[in-house]
Amino acid sequence: MAKLVKIPSNSMIPERDIGKSPILECVNLGIQFGGLKAVDDFNLTIGRTEIAGLIGPNGAGKTTVFNLLTKVYQPTHGTILLDGKDTHGMNTIQVNKAGIARTFQNIRLFNDLSVEDNVKTAMENGMTYNMWDGIFRTPKYWKQEKIAHERALELLSIFRMEDMAGMKAGSLPYGAQRRLEIVRALATNPSLLLLDEPAAGMNPSETAELMENIRKIRDTFQIAVLLIEHDMSLVMNICEGLCVLNFGKVIAKGTPQDIQSNPAVIEAYLGKQKER
Amino acid sequence: MTFLSFLISGISLGSIYAIIALGYTMVYGIAKMLNFAHGDVIMVGAYICFYATTRFELPAIVGVILAIIVCTVLGIVIERLAYKPLRAAPILAVLITAIGVSYFLQNAALLLWSSNPKVFTSVIPKGNISLFGGQLTIPYVTLVTIVVCIIIMIALVWFTSKTKMGKAMRACSEDKGAAQLMGINVNGTISLTFAIGSGLAAIAGVLLCSAYPTLVPTTGSMPGIKAFTAAVFGGIGSIPGALLGGVLLGIIEIFAKAYISTQLSDAIVFAVLIVVLIVRPAGLLGKQVREKV
Amino acid sequence: MKNRLKNKTTRNNFITYGVVILIYIVMQILTASGSISSTMQGLLVPICAYVVMAISLNLTVGILGELSLGHAGFMSVGAFTGVTAAMALSGRVSSGIVCLIVGMVVGAVFAAIVGFLIGIPVLRLKGDYLAIVTLAFGEIIKGIFNNLYVGIDSNGLHMSLLSDKTDLAEGGKLIIGGPMGLTSIPRYSTFTIGIILVIITLIVVFHLVSSRQGRAIMAVRDNRIAAESIGVNITKYKLMAFTVSAALAGASGTLFAMNYSTIVANKFDFNTSILILVFVVLGGLGNMLGSIIAAAALTILPEALRQFADYRMLVYAIVLILVMLATNNDTFKNFLRRLKPGHKKAADEDGKEAV
Repeated sequence: MAKLVKIPSNSMIPERDIGKSPILECVNLGIQFGGLKAVDDFNLTIGRTEIAGLIGPNGAGKTTVFNLLTKVYQPTHGTILLDGKDTHGMNTIQVNKAGIARTFQNIRLFNDLSVEDNVKTAMENGMTYNMWDGIFRTPKYWKQEKIAHERALELLSIFRMEDMAGMKAGSLPYGAQRRLEIVRALATNPSLLLLDEPAAGMNPSETAELMENIRKIRDTFQIAVLLIEHDMSLVMNICEGLCVLNFGKVIAKGTPQDIQSNPAVIEAYLGKQKER
Repeated sequence: MTFLSFLISGISLGSIYAIIALGYTMVYGIAKMLNFAHGDVIMVGAYICFYATTRFELPAIVGVILAIIVCTVLGIVIERLAYKPLRAAPILAVLITAIGVSYFLQNAALLLWSSNPKVFTSVIPKGNISLFGGQLTIPYVTLVTIVVCIIIMIALVWFTSKTKMGKAMRACSEDKGAAQLMGINVNGTISLTFAIGSGLAAIAGVLLCSAYPTLVPTTGSMPGIKAFTAAVFGGIGSIPGALLGGVLLGIIEIFAKAYISTQLSDAIVFAVLIVVLIVRPAGLLGKQVREKV
Repeated sequence: MKNRLKNKTTRNNFITYGVVILIYIVMQILTASGSISSTMQGLLVPICAYVVMAISLNLTVGILGELSLGHAGFMSVGAFTGVTAAMALSGRVSSGIVCLIVGMVVGAVFAAIVGFLIGIPVLRLKGDYLAIVTLAFGEIIKGIFNNLYVGIDSNGLHMSLLSDKTDLAEGGKLIIGGPMGLTSIPRYSTFTIGIILVIITLIVVFHLVSSRQGRAIMAVRDNRIAAESIGVNITKYKLMAFTVSAALAGASGTLFAMNYSTIVANKFDFNTSILILVFVVLGGLGNMLGSIIAAAALTILPEALRQFADYRMLVYAIVLILVMLATNNDTFKNFLRRLKPGHKKAADEDGKEAV
């Protein structure tokens, strides 16, 4: 298991990412809905190739953090630095272009499009032909479509889903839908991948395969992954750094080992989950 | 003084729109459908009243009650036959069905009552109230329309907030599934909503034709579309919104006719609607609902 | 698997082209042999125009997934601007076909501009609100053209609103006469041009759908939030679909208008918009062949029902309601299935095709 080390600021990232600036830094991030502080004083640093976990009981504000990072909600205070750049004032689309891609807790696929088209749609940023090229089927259209097609199959092959390329996304089994969401997110060429409960609804063998694949994705694309997950075996297994949220506040940070023995976490979270 | 008289006739026309818009808004709130046939129920109500008072020479009040009864039954029947089987269908299918019902009512009226315009005898005695030494005259029909609209509004607000059935109605429009689990008869409540909306349409039809006495099978179409606009204008699903939207639409229409151009008044009304929706995408009193991510 | 789908889409597209060309050939043969009634012959161009309207509205409703109740407004813009251009040109160019084509291009461009301008503010609205605004737009267009006067003389085009202030010089002619609408239109539209426009429309829509723009448009339809999360610019693609749809409707408007010697703005009212929406819904959302068949069948049907005289529109209404019930209600579908065991498969397919 990777060792977390202190970087010049007060945060920790995996040892191998030392010397490279962190991909994500959240400083005092927070959002208020009316009087409710859904997320408050949230600080997090993620290394270039770190697999980090965001855990906490239901309603702790984990998905809200994702929504803040992807600007589905605009933070009411604090700063998000993505690769050192402040994302203040950016919208969801710009943040995606800047390098954050995500999946959703309640799967959001383009159900009536084919699996392949779901992935190709996400390559939007890489394709440059315009509407007229498409309508007149210019060489530019054929060339870029060919590249997109090949790349889509390549990405799908990570999860061995090439065979499903022609199926409608909405008709896929549940597990495959979750995997397709990850592939789609990857197709946007992110430097930080946010996974919202990627193992939800999967059986143990599927979860094990998913863990392998998350590692493989990190290794192949050299990107950072931040995931929200309730499946502790997955979290403890693949995450290098963990951040525990409760009632919108960070109650603990550290390696999985640190977290497992942290009394505050056990009280707020793991204690309740013991029976599992 | 002319300004005041335009304002009053605007409020009066707006009151009719508001009564029709209430039907749209209540049905939309509970069944989440645009009931395009609503405008034609108005026309049916007006015809019933016309035949009752002119052909059978019944007293005006009997004509009105008859119209309300027929339209209420018609509303329930339409809902049962055409809309209820489509409760789970896509909204477009329901919309097209509603349009089909609208065509049906118009053409049935054409066959039954022919396309010859009928001259509707006002159910409200002719005459004016003179104010400010005769400078301002207000026809009785204008006054009665406004008063009826106010009474209906108060009654509806009381009904939806104080009675058990009214609360059931609100519960169903929030969440039909949850309402059913709480033991509310959802189908019954939807029928009731259609019944009330259609009954109101009958009143609106009688008032409309009392003020503008030409009655043809398509009489209900344009007021129907405008009232629908009014409902959206005020925030569809909201009862006070329907009143506000209806009255404002009536005032805008009369003022546009009086001060800008008669021919362009409809275009102006719709242009104002577009501007309002751009500024307030859910209408004046509507709630903006955010999709949860 | 992948190839199969790709082939399936391509195959469906080619079937659609094939059907259109086949209809054209059959109609040409029937016309040449004189075995087609003059009523039917008169319907050919309007059918083409309605087919184009249905396909273009299907782009907005089926592909983009937004409900528009004002599609006839774009047809109106196309008709009035296109015919004006064609008539302004007809003095200088002798070929009617050229005038018509220029007219259609002008009609398409103006409709596209209007579609774009109205789309910018309006496409922020959702669902029923968008529907009502498009309805309002259609009514506004109708109101404007009902009060617009355009004339042409040796000094060029003259325009006025509300009353005829064009004050034309000697030899000038009034093209748009307010509530009288377009008058003395040269009837340049032919069935051949109509079919060509249908084919062009199909090509534009099919090619758009299978390009990155088309995928983005459908992604917005299927899941707006997910589309945003992968960097799809929602507004841009909504506008694109809406504008293309408007442009096609504009060209169709010119074609339609130049089939008659006079046409009034009231022809393109709310009822026309609804009529076209009915074509789209009956033909199936996103199903272009369905739109074509529905548009053709429902344009012919009222004529075919002429023997029922007064009852025909009533029958039409009942058919409409029954079809909606039959295709969308399970009990009803099962009932039909029991009634005619032989039609089991057909009923199944209907259920899938229409919405």
